[in-house]
Amino acid sequence: MASSSGKSFLGRFGVHIAVLVFVAIWTIPTLGILVSSLRDKDQLIVSGWWTALSTSSQTEAGRTDAADKQVEKDGKFHIMGNLFGAGDARTITAFGTKAQQPTQYEAGAVADLGDGVTLQVNDDGSYVMSSPKAFEGSRGQRVYFSASSPPRFTTDNYQTVLFSEGIGRSFINSLTVTIPATIIPILIAAYAAYALAWMRFPGRALLIAVIIGLLVVPLQMSLIPLLKLYNGVGLFFGVPAKTYLGIWLAHTGFGLPFAIYLLRSYIAGLPREIMESARIDGASDFEIFVKIVLPLSFPVLASFAIFQFLWVWNDLLVAMVFLGSGSDQLVLTGKLNALLGSRGGDWEILTTSAFVTIIVPLIVFFSLQRYFVRGLLAGSVKGG
Amino acid sequence: MTAQIVSAIFTIIIGVGGCVVYYWGANKILDAVFPSRGVSGAAAVDNLRRQGLIRPWLFVGPAMLIVTVYLVYPVIETLRLSFMDRSGENFVGLANYSWAFGDREFRNSIFNNLLWLAVVPAACTFFGLIIAVLTDKIWWGNIAKSLVFLPLAISFVGASVIWKFVYEYRAEGQTQIGILNAAVQYLGGNPQVWISTPFWNNFFLMVILIWIQTGFAMVILSSALRGIPEETIEAAVIDGANPFQIFWKIMVPQIWGTIAVVWTTITILVLKVFDIVLTMTNGQWNSQVLANLMFDWMFRGGGDFGRGAAIAVIIMLAVVPIMIWNIRQANREGGGGH
Repeated sequence: MASSSGKSFLGRFGVHIAVLVFVAIWTIPTLGILVSSLRDKDQLIVSGWWTALSTSSQTEAGRTDAADKQVEKDGKFHIMGNLFGAGDARTITAFGTKAQQPTQYEAGAVADLGDGVTLQVNDDGSYVMSSPKAFEGSRGQRVYFSASSPPRFTTDNYQTVLFSEGIGRSFINSLTVTIPATIIPILIAAYAAYALAWMRFPGRALLIAVIIGLLVVPLQMSLIPLLKLYNGVGLFFGVPAKTYLGIWLAHTGFGLPFAIYLLRSYIAGLPREIMESARIDGASDFEIFVKIVLPLSFPVLASFAIFQFLWVWNDLLVAMVFLGSGSDQLVLTGKLNALLGSRGGDWEILTTSAFVTIIVPLIVFFSLQRYFVRGLLAGSVKGG
Repeated sequence: MTAQIVSAIFTIIIGVGGCVVYYWGANKILDAVFPSRGVSGAAAVDNLRRQGLIRPWLFVGPAMLIVTVYLVYPVIETLRLSFMDRSGENFVGLANYSWAFGDREFRNSIFNNLLWLAVVPAACTFFGLIIAVLTDKIWWGNIAKSLVFLPLAISFVGASVIWKFVYEYRAEGQTQIGILNAAVQYLGGNPQVWISTPFWNNFFLMVILIWIQTGFAMVILSSALRGIPEETIEAAVIDGANPFQIFWKIMVPQIWGTIAVVWTTITILVLKVFDIVLTMTNGQWNSQVLANLMFDWMFRGGGDFGRGAAIAVIIMLAVVPIMIWNIRQANREGGGGH
């Protein structure tokens, strides 16, 4: 197929460009939050993340020291100081004393403020204000300046969201929901899949049809009755209705049709000779399943585990219905949704939190992509 | 928090251990009640037959029980509740449905859902197919595919934050920190409030789902393209077909079946789309969709289960044709397996 078209140099060049454009559109948005999450939060709000590597400039206002700091030297009065605090790495490119013209003078120039008063502001923020007469008043001179700061990258945002915004706790909650909800369905589905693939019993065809039908049932159909059921059970036994046990079982239930479908089609494709020779040797169905089918099915079990893990980790709807919104039960997706409401404009919090929530699926995805793709190809009727 | 981790580990052990004990124990009991070894020939045959009748149900039993409680019963119960009032106690006939079709927000949701259905599956399949074909021709195609595929691992909420940042709006004249408005301003246009401009905002929400799902379409279609016999394409090349003719007249017709699968899978997903609308607009500015409206009515004013159920049933009705098609397809292919 590779030789089918695009033989000319121009044609091949066009293909490279086209793919490059697609790749750019598909990666730039994610890159944006990764870069932003590592930027200084003051820089993040004044310049686009794509300029993160270049110097950004900002116009600010400051004030010189007041008259009480003046020193007399050679018959003139001077006030000296620095507009920046210690350790400030910014540089001043221009300054002024009027709000209308904040960048009237270049850094290092001597500005004439009238009555013989002069002001010199250097690029490192230091200034000298001189006057033939003594300075008066309790407030210093207002100075406007344009400061440029070198790119600053920091992990402060991660510390903030993990430890004071509650993302760290939600991370633990997400793991608590995801790991049992991924492991429990596997064994249950594997047994059912084996029975549906290799055992003969009345009603088998109907069960398979039901499973395939349930693959596409929208989750929305289940929510209200289950919510009522959970509330009823909670009331009856005097226990909370929103528990981790409840969501583990819910995710197991919602994941089972896909698990059975995926595992059955794989197990049904295992070679018949192996099963039959084991049976002739006197192995029971149970032994065949444990000793032959389970080990041979490892790839498809891994595929399902990845699917279920990603599905549960990324789920918002089920978590919102079956778990509470307290910090001890709020999962990452729910927390991120809450932050979108409460910290709407604080992009340093949002981008960092978003990156924390997507990093685990991305790692799982990249390290196990082979199994993921195999599962996708085998079970592409499930709607996510 | 420690208690929580301990309880999670405990659940894994209980859950997996319980499963093992059940399957192993149930088998042992069955073998003990109907022994096939150490009894006379006729009895052994009889017992083997009885075992064969019961054992499959031991294997499928737990799965059936859970699926019944979590999917089969709720589907029937939701149907029933859709004819009941808000508390689910009094029969109200078709009142919930007639309310729905008279409600402005509901009609807006139906309109938007149709819009999503018309655009998203088509766009995902189209881009997926194009990228699959193009990446097959270049040496770094697999890297490119991985990168396009990557958003599939990102949650809808995470993707919403990512795109909200892309769409971020600052008033004209200010430095834009959203890349879309920055690009618009760079090209001389005026910055727009993308997600709160009615009607058009639907498309900006759809972009998020297209961005996520194109990778899915690409992977499935790419593997189908690999299955096309080389000879058919070579024959077309010899006959002097140009690349576009080869694509539309030789390749696409041979993978129609796969295109249909991709299309329907994404269609089902679109009907259920909820997270993106909730996090981006929560249905404001005329961007409501059925799944989010349903969630809304589950809790709005203490929850109206009748109306919520009616909306769920309407989503379900849209899925039923696909469901029937799937079951038929599966029956034709496997005849129910071995």
